[in-house]
Amino acid sequence: MALDKPYKDIPGTIIFDAEQSRKGYWLNQFCMSLMRAENRARFKADERAYLDEWAMTEEQKQAVLARDLNWCMRTGGNIYFLAKIGATDGLSFQQMAGSMTGMTEAEYRDMMVGGGRSAEGNRHLGEDGDAQPQHQPQGAAGKNKGA
Amino acid sequence: MAKISASVYTSHVPAIGAAIDLKKTGEAYWQPVFAGYEHSKQWMKDNTPDVIFLVFNDHATAFSLDMIPTFAIGTAAEFKPADEGWGPRPVPTVIGHPELASHIAQSVIQDDFDLTIVNRMDVDHGLTVPLSLMCGEPQAWPCPVIPFAVNVVQYPVPSGKRCFMLGQAIRKAVESFDQDLKVQIWGTGGMSHQLQGARAGLINREWDNAFLDRLIADPADLAQMPHIDYVREAGSEGIELVMWLIARGAMSDVAGGAAPTVEHRFYHVPASNTAVGHLILENN
Repeated sequence: MALDKPYKDIPGTIIFDAEQSRKGYWLNQFCMSLMRAENRARFKADERAYLDEWAMTEEQKQAVLARDLNWCMRTGGNIYFLAKIGATDGLSFQQMAGSMTGMTEAEYRDMMVGGGRSAEGNRHLGEDGDAQPQHQPQGAAGKNKGA
Repeated sequence: MAKISASVYTSHVPAIGAAIDLKKTGEAYWQPVFAGYEHSKQWMKDNTPDVIFLVFNDHATAFSLDMIPTFAIGTAAEFKPADEGWGPRPVPTVIGHPELASHIAQSVIQDDFDLTIVNRMDVDHGLTVPLSLMCGEPQAWPCPVIPFAVNVVQYPVPSGKRCFMLGQAIRKAVESFDQDLKVQIWGTGGMSHQLQGARAGLINREWDNAFLDRLIADPADLAQMPHIDYVREAGSEGIELVMWLIARGAMSDVAGGAAPTVEHRFYHVPASNTAVGHLILENN
């Protein structure tokens, strides 16, 4: 019998469960390696060569090179591990989280200062909240879409 | 005999640690957050315990994907602040209490909770930010600390119900320790926040405040709440709040004693991506 995974119907959210963890093992272990200063330096000097030392899929490597955290997460990345890439790039958690919404840094920060994103319309796929797939990307990037 | 004197609940947002370390606490953005802990710092000075049992989660720092213990108790003599990628926080080394920690491990495992025993572990912002919020910037932390790490990174995390029962087992363990020690138990993490995906930045003020109300008045009922409610209502990282139920389960009223006194309650949005919640409950 299949496991019950009720969290699959939450928009804009990937729950890091055992299945994602299995997919993302080497991607996340690569991220852990960036906690050492000498590894950060080697990665920065030649990202592709450093990534090739790890048993990651080509897609995972492309996602890292693109710094596309949503893509990294789809391939099994976890935000606390991926944060090591952000730290290597000198980014804060807020900059990393904001980058996944399509908003600019200022737009995301303003949203948080204004009380954050509402859960209204964002609890289940199929509702009409701002985190739903039909409303991506968010912020000015979304408003200019197709313009 | 050792006893639990109080429980403390607080968010452990890494940006709060950075704000302290970079001397930004007076900035308009941060001032309301730190104002909410002024009373708590004085309370800590007036009510310094002999030991803090500090429930937190490791954020891919001490534990990679090589090993993911659900519940891990630190039995070492000391724990160093970790380098999480930005360099270690300039805070004191955490001094442990190996004797009490080992005693609790033995008691709680015999009570059917299969703890992982950890003799070497660097501690990340999950543990050091609460200490900074409650103790300020001392040369040394005011007392020994027993780190207790809960897996809330890889799903499924332990249920609220399991955490609440574990708290009760920890209380029993503390009370069977022979030395006269005053022990505080802290539950950290939360409140509502989501750090990932298009739903990043989710905050649920109403839900958080209802959580605080229920944690104070009816924790046994709150402990029945399923994981999915945390994720849907408080964000994927809001699940950290199950750790607060460990601290709450260790309070006397859960074992038939008098209701605790609410010494302090504070709530503020935002600190970076997160809603900050804080409670101090004193045993009666």
